[in-house]
Amino acid sequence: MIHDLAVIGGGPAGVAGALTAALAGLRVVLLDGGPRLGGQYFRHAHGAEPEPRFARQSHALRQRAEVLLKHQVWAVSREDDAFTVHAHGTARAEVRARRVLIATGAHDRPLPFPGWDLPGVLTAGGAQALLKGERVPAGRRIAVAGTGPFLLPVAAGLARAGAEVAGVFEASGGLGLARHPVMALGKAGEAAGYAWALAARRVPYRRNHAVIAAHGEHELRAVTVARLDRDWNVLGTEELECDALAVGYGFVPQIELAVQLGCLTRQDADGTPVVDVDARQRTSVPGVWAAGEPTGVGGWELSETEGRIAGLALAGAGEVPGLLLRRRARLRAFAAALQGAYPVRPGWQSWLTPDTLICRCEEVPLARVREAQELGATDARSIKLLARPGMGWCQGRMCGYALACLAGEPQQPPRRPIAQPISLGALAEPPQKEH
Amino acid sequence: MERFDISVDGRAVPAEPGQTIGAALHAAGVRSWRSTRFGGRPRGLFCGIGVCFDCLVEVNGRPAERACQLEARPGDEVSTS
Ligand code: FES
Repeated sequence: MIHDLAVIGGGPAGVAGALTAALAGLRVVLLDGGPRLGGQYFRHAHGAEPEPRFARQSHALRQRAEVLLKHQVWAVSREDDAFTVHAHGTARAEVRARRVLIATGAHDRPLPFPGWDLPGVLTAGGAQALLKGERVPAGRRIAVAGTGPFLLPVAAGLARAGAEVAGVFEASGGLGLARHPVMALGKAGEAAGYAWALAARRVPYRRNHAVIAAHGEHELRAVTVARLDRDWNVLGTEELECDALAVGYGFVPQIELAVQLGCLTRQDADGTPVVDVDARQRTSVPGVWAAGEPTGVGGWELSETEGRIAGLALAGAGEVPGLLLRRRARLRAFAAALQGAYPVRPGWQSWLTPDTLICRCEEVPLARVREAQELGATDARSIKLLARPGMGWCQGRMCGYALACLAGEPQQPPRRPIAQPISLGALAEPPQKEH
Repeated sequence: MERFDISVDGRAVPAEPGQTIGAALHAAGVRSWRSTRFGGRPRGLFCGIGVCFDCLVEVNGRPAERACQLEARPGDEVSTS
């Protein structure tokens, strides 16, 4: 059977897009790698109820569309009149559809620093996933560091769960918690809730501060916290004991499937490559649509709005309601303002030492990157070929941003022939033609 | 379903139903369970969402499984390297 639409990703954008299209009569299949719908924002533990509105949407979706969970999509290929979505779950699976909606979300954007590979150091999103999806706080005494509004919910969640949050270290300057841009931009209630949760537990919130090193033998036992100038150069340091660190410097949209299919990309406000879409969320490739973080990082509300617009347009609704278009415009402006308020400043490179790992997978230290540059590798691609950063298991997802910065070049769209590593054994299995 | 144990290098580690192997390990205070190929550096969870591949374990004889993605099942035999 050929579906009218295959939606890849079960977060706010994917669920909204799939549901909208299914309600309009399309035969829809949605695939997600996780065990439950929700994506990162609506992630919830086994047996827990997700946020009520999302729960209603998920419930309605399951009645009207096929939902394939624990199906990781590793490629989408195109034949004359349809796409084949290749997934790997308990077995290999293939799904065919006339059109595809890419709603694959984003992952954390880490910056390297000495000791960032010690166990106990997690990405901010990783600490959040562990707490929301598994009910496990990352540690007993936790530092939260990086830049951007996402640090607040991570810290507040950990504090509410009973962990001691040793401090929130926001590398950017800006206005402090009371005049946090999230407050200024119409999310006062949400931000005030986080601020309250932190203030009530006397969690220090420090602007112009960062964690610049992690210490420990086999696990994290302390971090170095630095006071920064506005370019993030170090002005002074102190040590802080903690057994976990949640750290994140923004997000990287997952766009490899769109790139595989040949969709044009553009640079978002902060230089991040994102999928270029038109007013109806169509990519440059006929039949391929995108919504949510792959078209620009902007949070769950924007993702959901884009998903609905895509769903309506996919179903052939003539005009997309002006209300939705205006909401999207407002949320995109908000996202651009946040990106502008929390830029990554170049001084982080001064936190590195020659033996700081840049690539965790291939264990490539800064010294080897510099050596490759001295041998004439001037761009990230040649550095990769000489010193192998970004050539390991994660395919450069964790170090790609840092490596481009070190090479002094803009971020490039990812070129990954397969979006998820898949074992040769799994590839050799005959695919189950599901559905 | 009730809490159950999985075996990690022969040692019993409790898991909640629906919990991933990585979360069960972390909750039990086991946060470092792999050594890297070259430097022998300790590793555990990092990204928590299946993209970094730091959390690899062997489960019931299958190598290179991501502990943060794989749901624990009663009787699972996990070995770390
Ligand atoms: S912690 Fe990153 S893949 Fe499991």
